[in-house]
Order: sequence, then structure tokens, then C-alpha cells
Amino acid sequence: MNKTIRASVLIFRKDIKSELRTRYVINSLLMFVLVTISIIRFALGDEKTENEILTGLLWISIFFTTSNGLSRTFVKEEEKETSVALKLSSDSIPVFTGKLFFNLVLTFALNFLILILFILITDYTIKNLTGFLITIVLGNFGLVSASTIIAAIISKANSKGTLYPVLSFPVLLPLLITVINATKLASLGIDTEKLSGELMILVSYTIVITVASFMLFRFVWED
Amino acid sequence: MNIIEIVCDNISKSYSGKSIFKNLNLKISSRESLTITGRNGTGKSTLIKVLSNLVKNSKGRITVRENGKDLNAETWFLRTGLLTPYYNLYDELTGSENLRFFYELKLQENKKEEFINERVNFFLHEVSLYDKRNELVKNYSSGMKQRLKLAFAVINEPEILFMDEPRTNLDKYGIEIMNRFAGAQKEKGILIIATNDEDDKQLCDRTLNIEDYR
Repeated sequence: MNKTIRASVLIFRKDIKSELRTRYVINSLLMFVLVTISIIRFALGDEKTENEILTGLLWISIFFTTSNGLSRTFVKEEEKETSVALKLSSDSIPVFTGKLFFNLVLTFALNFLILILFILITDYTIKNLTGFLITIVLGNFGLVSASTIIAAIISKANSKGTLYPVLSFPVLLPLLITVINATKLASLGIDTEKLSGELMILVSYTIVITVASFMLFRFVWED
Repeated sequence: MNIIEIVCDNISKSYSGKSIFKNLNLKISSRESLTITGRNGTGKSTLIKVLSNLVKNSKGRITVRENGKDLNAETWFLRTGLLTPYYNLYDELTGSENLRFFYELKLQENKKEEFINERVNFFLHEVSLYDKRNELVKNYSSGMKQRLKLAFAVINEPEILFMDEPRTNLDKYGIEIMNRFAGAQKEKGILIIATNDEDDKQLCDRTLNIEDYR
């Protein structure tokens, strides 16, 4: 196996094992998801709500859950003072790749849960399931790519909590506008072919952010 | 035998405009050892961080050479081991899992499972932690953690070994283990220790007082 892939897999496996033992991220995020979904349920009451509004609420839940959890992957290494041992043992590329895949797994698992709960407690209807799922998957890829590099940058700062939303909002804004629009259109039953413009933007955004992240990470990690 | 050299050419380090050390020149080769001394806060640890490529120097040039050929700075970590108080291993992993994870990360080629296990167990024996290998590191005493860090620093048989205040948290038995590793390192590579302890100074051939470069 190529040594970069082998090292990335090792770091990914280590992060999964650490998370399962400490529940550093999972427990707080599960609570966050439950509280957010409950608040949405109480706020909506029995009123019939339009899909446009529900789509916005769905992405608010996804965005805040993700931003709450993904920032912790690098912050934990800094807070526990383990990042130096990692730097002494690995090149920067496997570290970023391992963390990126860990965040992807975490995000997909949590967002699957959010989606199920959201559909169960609201009258959210999805008329074009294929287009909807493609949008959610691409949106998650973009969200994770951008959030992982921002998490690496803020882990070096003193005011980590406040810096994350300040940095992530402008970077994620193009993604959020596009993904919310595409999700709304898919849920209303617009054909997947007609969503191709939005989907292309999501694919392009993810590729650009991921490539830029790999180029930037070395400087963030080695500083 | 490979000859490794560290060459510092007029290096300086400052943080936010405050100079830590300046115009430092140093050349050290395999089978040589150096003690970095100086009062607390004068920059011993900073120099160790700069030499081990954890922190960039502000001015000057550091080169690591193997048989006269410059090595890429990004691969220095494969040649070095570092024992310092300012990092931790993973509390939520066992001693054995920690060593195995870091050793596998540093490996440049695929090795058989038995080879890796054998090596990890050998170093756990060396630092007298074999019996505690399956305990989580968070349950280790501070001395046991320091011994595990010592095993982590040397498990890849580094050509350059840095030790910063290596006696931290070690009892008499732990110090004996540390001295044994330091002695072995002097025979095969470069040993650099940042310390003010007189016994540690005896381990090395040369002394550099960081306060001479302020």
C-alpha cells in the first residue's frame, strides 16, 4: 500500500477508535441534534409549513451541527497536546486526509440521523428523491471539505469558539445558498436534470476547496 | 555507517519581535553529543524546537546532511526522535496502541504484523511497561508516561535524538533507563540534551550556553 494512503488510514482508524472511547464529539452532537429538532417541532406546532421554509430549517440544523462537531477534530489534538507527537511522526498530507475522512464519516452519520428525525417530525415531502439525495451528499462533501481546513486554522488560535463562525460563514456562504436552493427544488419535484446547474456548482466548490485545503494545510500544520 | 550532520548557519529566532536567540552557529555530526544549557526562559526549549523542525527559525539556515548530501526538511521527522515535556501521547489509547500507531506512521514501507508487534513489545520491555501495555495511558503515572514517551522517541531508531529536560517525572529507575538510551544514541548518532542538570551534562561531550546568543 502507498505510504501516504497507509498513514491516512492509520490516522483515520486512530480517530475513530479515540472517538468511540472518549465520545468527545458524538455525545454532544447527538444532544445538539435532539435539542435542535425538538425546538423546530415545538416552534412549528401543528401548522402546515411550506417546503421552502422547511428546507431552510433543515440546512440550519445541518450547518450548526456540523460546525459544532467538525471544528473539534484539530482542536482536540491541540488541547490535549498530542499534535506535536503527530507532527513528529507524519507528513502533513496523511494528517489532513485522515481527519477529512473522519469528518466525512461523522457528518454523514449525523446528517442521516437529522434527515430521518426531520422527516418524521415535520411534513417535509421529497418529490424528487434522487435529486434530493445527490444534493445532500454533494452539500455534505463541500461542508466537510471547507470545515476541516477551517478547523485546522482555528485550532492554533486562542479564541477558537468565536473564530470558527467568523471564518466559516463567508467561506461556506456560496455553498449554502446553492445547496439550499437545490434541496428546495428537489423537494418540490424538479427533475434532476434541471438541477444540473446547482449540482455542478456544488461539485466545483468541493473540488476547489479540497485542492486549496491540501495546498494550504502544510503551512497551517507546520507553523 | 551513515554520517548525519546538523549545520546551523547564523540562525536566529524571535517571537513577535522579541529575540530569543540570535546569530547561532553550530555543527554537530554522528557520534557527537551536545548539552544546551541556560537559565529558565532563555530559549533552550525553543532551540530544541527549531532544531527538530517543529518551529521555523526567523533567520539563518539549518541543514541536515546525510553523507554530505542535504536532506529535505519535510523528511527530517523520519530521522529524529524527541523527548520533551510539551507533548502528550493519546490518553485514550493503551501504551501498546500508542507505540504501534506512531511506529506504523513512521514506517516507510509495509512490514509484517509480527515484525511490528515484536518491535513494539521490545521497546515496551526496554522501558519496563510491558506488563502495563494494555492499560490506557490516562491511567499511567507521570513517570510511566515519560517512559512511554522515551520509547516513542526512540522506537524508529532515530539518527538524531533530542531530549528536553529528560529527567522530568522520572524516578531513579526511570533515569537509569533514560541514561541507557542516551548512551546508546551517542554510539550511533547525534544526541542533543537541553538541561541544567549536572548529571545530564556529563552524558554529553560539548556544551552550548544559549545565553551566549542573546
